[in-house]
Amino acid sequence: MGLNKRDVTLLVIVAILCLFAPFILNPFPEGSAMAQFNAGYPDLMQRLVIFGIFAIGFNILFGLTGYLSFGHAAFLGVGSYAAIWMMKLLTMNVIPAIIISVLVAGLFSLLVGWISLRRSGIYFSILTLAFAQMSYSLAYSVLTPITGGETGLQPKVNDPRILDGALAEGQTPRANLFGLQMNQSYEMAVGDWVFTFNAGYYLAAIVMLIAFYISIRIFRSPFGMMLRAVKSNQQRLNYTGLNAKPYTLAAFVISGMYAGLAGGLLVAMDTQVGAERMFWTASGEVVLMTILGGAGTLIGPVLGAGFIKYMENIVSKINKSILEQWFAFMPDGIEDLLVTLVYPFIGKGWHLTLGILFMLVVIFLPGGLVEGGQRVGRLFKRKKPAGDKPDGKTTPAE
Amino acid sequence: MDAIILQILNGLDKGSAYALIALGLTLIFGTLGVVNFAHGALFMIGAFCAVTLSRILTFSHTVIDETKKDFLGNPLKVEVPYIYDIFGQATGDVIIDWAVPISILFAIPVMVAIGFAMERGLIKHFYKRPHADQILVTFGLAIVLQEIIKYFYGANPIPTPAPAAFTGSFDFGAMLGFDPNTIIYPYWRLVYFAFAAVIIGAVFAFLQFTTFGMVVRAGMADRETVGLLGINIDKRFTIMFGIAAAVAGLAGVMYTPINSPNYHMGMDFLVLSFVVVVVGGMGSLSGAVLAGFLLGVLESFASMAVVLETLPGINQIIIYLVAIIILLTRPRGLMGRKGVMED
Amino acid sequence: MSNSKLTRRGLIKTGAVAGAAGLALPTYLRADGHAGFLNAPAGSTVTLGFNVPQSGPYADEGADELRAYELAVEHLNGEGDGGMMNTFTSKALKGNGILGKKVEYVTGDTQTKSDAARASAKSMIEKDGAIMITGGSSSGVAVAVQALCQEAGVIFMAGLTHSNDTTGKDRRANGFRHFFNSYMSGAALAPVLANAYGTDRKAYHLTADYNWGYTTEEAVKTSTEAMGWETVNAVKTPLTQTDFSSYIAPVLQSGADTLVLNHYGGNMVNSLTNAVQFGLRDKQVNGKDFQIIVPLYSRLMAKGAGANVKGIFGSTNWHWSLQDEGSKAFVKSFGTKYGFPPSQAAHTCYVQALLYADAVERAGSFNPCAVVEALEGFEFDGMGNGKTLYRADDHQCFKDVLVVKGKENPSSEFDLLEVVEVTPVEQVTYAPDHPQFAGGSLGTCNPGA
Repeated sequence: MGLNKRDVTLLVIVAILCLFAPFILNPFPEGSAMAQFNAGYPDLMQRLVIFGIFAIGFNILFGLTGYLSFGHAAFLGVGSYAAIWMMKLLTMNVIPAIIISVLVAGLFSLLVGWISLRRSGIYFSILTLAFAQMSYSLAYSVLTPITGGETGLQPKVNDPRILDGALAEGQTPRANLFGLQMNQSYEMAVGDWVFTFNAGYYLAAIVMLIAFYISIRIFRSPFGMMLRAVKSNQQRLNYTGLNAKPYTLAAFVISGMYAGLAGGLLVAMDTQVGAERMFWTASGEVVLMTILGGAGTLIGPVLGAGFIKYMENIVSKINKSILEQWFAFMPDGIEDLLVTLVYPFIGKGWHLTLGILFMLVVIFLPGGLVEGGQRVGRLFKRKKPAGDKPDGKTTPAE
Repeated sequence: MDAIILQILNGLDKGSAYALIALGLTLIFGTLGVVNFAHGALFMIGAFCAVTLSRILTFSHTVIDETKKDFLGNPLKVEVPYIYDIFGQATGDVIIDWAVPISILFAIPVMVAIGFAMERGLIKHFYKRPHADQILVTFGLAIVLQEIIKYFYGANPIPTPAPAAFTGSFDFGAMLGFDPNTIIYPYWRLVYFAFAAVIIGAVFAFLQFTTFGMVVRAGMADRETVGLLGINIDKRFTIMFGIAAAVAGLAGVMYTPINSPNYHMGMDFLVLSFVVVVVGGMGSLSGAVLAGFLLGVLESFASMAVVLETLPGINQIIIYLVAIIILLTRPRGLMGRKGVMED
Repeated sequence: MSNSKLTRRGLIKTGAVAGAAGLALPTYLRADGHAGFLNAPAGSTVTLGFNVPQSGPYADEGADELRAYELAVEHLNGEGDGGMMNTFTSKALKGNGILGKKVEYVTGDTQTKSDAARASAKSMIEKDGAIMITGGSSSGVAVAVQALCQEAGVIFMAGLTHSNDTTGKDRRANGFRHFFNSYMSGAALAPVLANAYGTDRKAYHLTADYNWGYTTEEAVKTSTEAMGWETVNAVKTPLTQTDFSSYIAPVLQSGADTLVLNHYGGNMVNSLTNAVQFGLRDKQVNGKDFQIIVPLYSRLMAKGAGANVKGIFGSTNWHWSLQDEGSKAFVKSFGTKYGFPPSQAAHTCYVQALLYADAVERAGSFNPCAVVEALEGFEFDGMGNGKTLYRADDHQCFKDVLVVKGKENPSSEFDLLEVVEVTPVEQVTYAPDHPQFAGGSLGTCNPGA
């Protein structure tokens, strides 16, 4: 496959994790107090891998070239709009939708990249931010006829869908892969545990593995080396007579296509697009995912994406009555005290928890979560001195 | 003509808010080299200093009024501010009425203290870290700060009116010979503009004419050499951080009567203020101020009904469009220095 | 999620048997092979999903919605004083849960973003087995979650959503709206305005530049123009705008004597504050006092604008000062529990929860299609707003609409609005295919299995 042994091991580990995610993410039995922390339901599993793709793509640009784009959500959004229109006009099959989303996002990122890459550093960041904010504002307001504006776009019964046959009476259009519906699931019950195997999730996971594989190949290729050279010293690169721009533009477009792919998959799993997907906070989120996980590492961005999406979906759902259940076994006074102490950090306070964790990670783990993993790893096997780490897999950015 | 004068006024007023925030941001960036995503949060905390002070001033004890009923039919509890007990009702009312201007005195020490604490406790450790790490940690801090405010003050905007003396608006039109009521502008916004001008002037004068300012400017240009000369530049930079925090805070205090403050107002300004700073040129104080006013005026023109008829939606994107055009024609913004944050 | 899924608890039982034998038994179910419906409650409890904004600008409104839901759950389970269950004309609810099953609930954060709202709703449906989703504080979220519930096969009882689209072009068979809409605001306001300010007025609209703003502007424009008003100009303002000075400053120059602010939430607070700051209300134009109108009022938000709301007309779905038995009962039990009166968002959410429970009781089944049938064309009273009809054609509630005015001398921080007129339901009723609502179709109900 053109990979060295370490990369093969990494890819295999990721593949196994993806395959068994329904088990791994559902460690607690149904109905137990800890079941609140289970993440093994289709929607969240899908989001974890899709945002993983988004972050992997972002990392190709930021991790390798050091160019910090603050507008990547625009490509995700444009990809989503392209995909939903494909579903409305052509067919509910997800394949054309996903392909078109990658292409459209690629074209859009070519345009934005071609303009923005005339500048570097923070000037580049602000240019990308400006494009993304313009896309968001227009999509929310004057482009409402195309984008649905505030209410977004969903497939409707009376859409044309020229390739699909007429729907049976009472049926709603559903995203599918040649008839296999994305929301179809196997359920497996073992004791008190219920594991859900969802068609859409596995499709997204396979796509993510391919995306991950391509990203490894890029990291290891001469092209990847060139991008790293751009990051470490662009001036020197210029003096050697090389023009860095085509390389950075290529990296920009590739990462834009990854974002479009993520956007298309989001629509394939959950047939809805809203303009908020392109707001600057969404662009900021992918930056945070990448840095949090470990910019410039292969697996870091995926970890960061998983971390943030998990927090958003799990912690925000814990409410006071759940807290009371948890601490119910304690004496009354202590129970009340614990509930009062924990309450500000859960439910509506999930942002607070997220903010604190951001700060803790970046203060104590400069290389992101990957570095945390390394430290834990080092604790267990002290035989090798630190620094003997394979490049790319574990070396944090800078 | 009158419409244009009016929009220039609007632009200058908006621009003064942008310029104040961008000024603080540039101060921190220029002196410390830190990208501070928590700067919007400092602006927001300043605004909540005003809210807090007016809460303190109206701190009350309850008196039960048997003649009136509350919504459940129980006797109405009437809140009587302690300040009435101390100064009498008339003086008390005047003090409460002037809560926002009085908050300036309250906000300066609070903001400087917060600035010092932030720099010594957190930012200091990030001088040598990549900008990306600085962004992440200050962004995390911004979230934490605004969630704390949300926890205590709720998510809704809190009305914080200007003193009664400043309600209503001034008729420029009559003064300039136009019809009355064509160019009117609220007194408080004029105060805000003047206030911003004073603060901006003071910061510039401080950097230009004091020894302290001279050292800081030297430090901005070449930190290492200044350090080699035996000057404790770190201490001065801490003080600069405090000053920048105070500037952001004061901008927030005075802004409260214009728009009721809420916990996410800092985030609303954050992106905009970064655009202003970058359009002005990284590391340039005068660039930041100039860009603030420029974008304020252009934004105001873009919101005119005539303009919107020909270019629908232009008001949504004008700032970003201008930013793109300026950055493409002037590589380092309006007045940026070479080599600052270009890699 | 799977339109092909047995109940989770049912599965646990079957699974337990297999698991006991140390065997994993994969269960593959097909949509057409199973006659039940999604998330059918199998045990002694039923789970409802309360999806409200807990972060972002509408967090306080969301918190009030959640309080109302918790109160409704208490009442449904027979705790507390029963609130509106005592005044509700349908007597199907007995205070023993729903169909004898104890009501439990899960909560989530919509963040007032359609993506986040759907993610949260999906987790309720997929993970927690919620049979009904309710709540929300914007039309964008309502339309997105309503479409999701239609696809997944659960009932959606909309919270606060005022855009015509929710029961207009984006209506869905599984979705129901109790809240009123833009058209009703316009129809209720126009006669009151004509009464108070005359029929010869020149109006200047500032409109939030997104769907809800468009429908509200259209509704208010149409109904005031029918009264003889003239619309001088209508200017769109960006959603993210915080300072409206540059939009408000030119109003006086335009020759308009009335300003209509088609804004909600933070936009409304800021634009109204700015307009009053500019002294518009002290001016005289065309020999008349200048007036400002806010088509959709929310007491929670009006609080943010402080004294600026005094004397300003608007419409609202419900207000705690209403003196009918239902409203009084609700205010009493809410006020006793939380210490302050409920907002209109709280009222709508409480009523929606009760209406859903009642429909299930009457239908005798949790099956969404049975619930839809029970709610369609359902007429009731005793829930505030007088006699109310859930119209079958578009799943919109038709009831009296309140025209309110900012109070001049509020006696407390909750006493901000006074009810000027209760517009009778006939006056705000429209045809299901009215042009402002055209282009949608309910489709058929989806039980999800």
